[in-house]
Amino acid sequence: MTRSLPITAPAADDPPAAPPVESRARRRSRRVTAHPVAGMLFVLPFFLVVVAFLVVPLGYAFWLSLSSKSLALGTRFSGIDNYVRAFTDPVLLDGLLRVVLFGLVQIPIMLGLALAGALVLDAVTTKFALAFRLIAFMPYAVPAVVGALMWGFLYSRTFGPFADLPTLVGGEPIDFFSVSLLLVSLGNIVTWAWTGYNMIILYSALQGVPRELHEAAVIDGATPVQVALRVKVPAIKQAISLAAIFTVIGTMQFFTEPQIMARFAPQISAGYTPNLYAYNQAFAYSDFHYSAAVSFALGFLVFVVAYAFVFVNNRRRGKRA
Amino acid sequence: MTVGRANDGTRVDTRLPHLLMGVGILYFLVPLLWVVIAATKSQPDLLDSPALWFAEFNLFENIGLLFREDDGVYGRWLVNTALYSGLSALGATALAAAAGYGLARFQFVGKRLFETALLGMIMVPATALVLPTYLILSEVELVDTMWAVILPSLLSPFGAYLVRVYVAESVPVELIDAARIDRAGELRIFWQIALPMMRPAIVTVFLFTLVATWNNYFLPLVMLSDADLYPLTVGLTTWFNTAQQEAGTRMLFNLVVTGSLLAIVPLIVAFVLLQRFWRSGAAAGALK
Repeated sequence: MTRSLPITAPAADDPPAAPPVESRARRRSRRVTAHPVAGMLFVLPFFLVVVAFLVVPLGYAFWLSLSSKSLALGTRFSGIDNYVRAFTDPVLLDGLLRVVLFGLVQIPIMLGLALAGALVLDAVTTKFALAFRLIAFMPYAVPAVVGALMWGFLYSRTFGPFADLPTLVGGEPIDFFSVSLLLVSLGNIVTWAWTGYNMIILYSALQGVPRELHEAAVIDGATPVQVALRVKVPAIKQAISLAAIFTVIGTMQFFTEPQIMARFAPQISAGYTPNLYAYNQAFAYSDFHYSAAVSFALGFLVFVVAYAFVFVNNRRRGKRA
Repeated sequence: MTVGRANDGTRVDTRLPHLLMGVGILYFLVPLLWVVIAATKSQPDLLDSPALWFAEFNLFENIGLLFREDDGVYGRWLVNTALYSGLSALGATALAAAAGYGLARFQFVGKRLFETALLGMIMVPATALVLPTYLILSEVELVDTMWAVILPSLLSPFGAYLVRVYVAESVPVELIDAARIDRAGELRIFWQIALPMMRPAIVTVFLFTLVATWNNYFLPLVMLSDADLYPLTVGLTTWFNTAQQEAGTRMLFNLVVTGSLLAIVPLIVAFVLLQRFWRSGAAAGALK
């Protein structure tokens, strides 16, 4: 197990620089000693919150998911029945497929835009660029609920300016809530909300890239675009993949935007996304056992994908060093 | 696309980047402009006047109506939101600061294991915990109280992780050892020496947990059923539902819009004012 953590400062290009903890501890013990339980006491409050609001709820949900309730038989142990049901439930699988497709299109577009923005910000330092940075970040401070409502208004024919645009040239009005455009409309909301945030993160990482690296490339006659693509982007690969993994985690849990959008677009069904399905199983159908199973399975799936990704990423880094 | 070679001098063509940034500014700004403009309109103007231009200026009437509707429940939602997000952010930041410091600067049994687990916790999606937490909190009858929103929001593995990385980089061991030689207690060392040096990381964690709770919808939606306890996000959606059911016969759409505007102003102001702090914090240790 490597000691280096997967999320490190952008400038962590010298792994051997990390001083060995053992020697530091020994040196300290010769001179002064920290109280042996002091460290534990600092971590204890956080640890208790982890137990109370992560370990216990997950354990309880897992336990609930192993039983079922029916009118005839009451609550009884049912083993993995709920999970078998979940993985053969066409509604859930449909929702899962929809979210995966959505992510496959939306995530690369959003991260591509964020990366392009970050590279521009890194190269251009005018007042205009400063304004761009600030404005692009603003949607992050807007609650997803308000963002979805705003776009819902903007998309609608009664309130928004866009739906009727084609009629100016004699075309048909656009229905942003139609089956064929709905995912695009949702994708736009998410892209609007999160591009600036990811851009700032990638921009921060770019700021950590040593200047000598691109100065050398410029002396060798590289154009700014070449410097950006061949020097800067590889230097922040770590930050890009982390932004990607956190975006994947968020996307798999897609809930707020479709839930709000359902008020404009009634075809957003109770199982439109897996998380919406889990919610509706609990609160619309009162099937808490099945809801717990869906919620647990979905969380576990995301967790495994994310952790595997970080682990592979970490190993690759370890080999390079 | 033409980009001048950088080594024919400094005359690199930046027109294209500026054009792209201009398009970006429009894209990010138009929805926000729409809310600002729409919040100044009466309900009939909201439906009939051009969407992106002003009609009769009605902002102050709208704000007045907003705070009077349903016996002033909007004011209560605003207070709830500030209370929930303020307390959650304070608590989460305190826990993360202590834990991050403890992990970065002490040795103890089980530390390695806990640090590995911490990474795993970052990967657990917060929304996946909401339904399980609801189930457990309903067992102890805490559901539909403010604690059902605040207590789960105290959990910030990412915050602890960010502080840990930051302390490892910027609080020197030698300084702590020197204080120990001077017989300073561990708590005093943390409070008087380490904490001031950790400020950028702490501001970052505070702001980001504040925003996460202020903007949270799923957790309060699941936990609360008493409208007096709602935060803005849940409250505004219930108004929006009513507005749609009544097809805008009463004046509600303009209240939803004005309420939305007032819900986002405080955070945008906070972020712009505190830019210096959170940017250095975000760059210092990590990414989220």
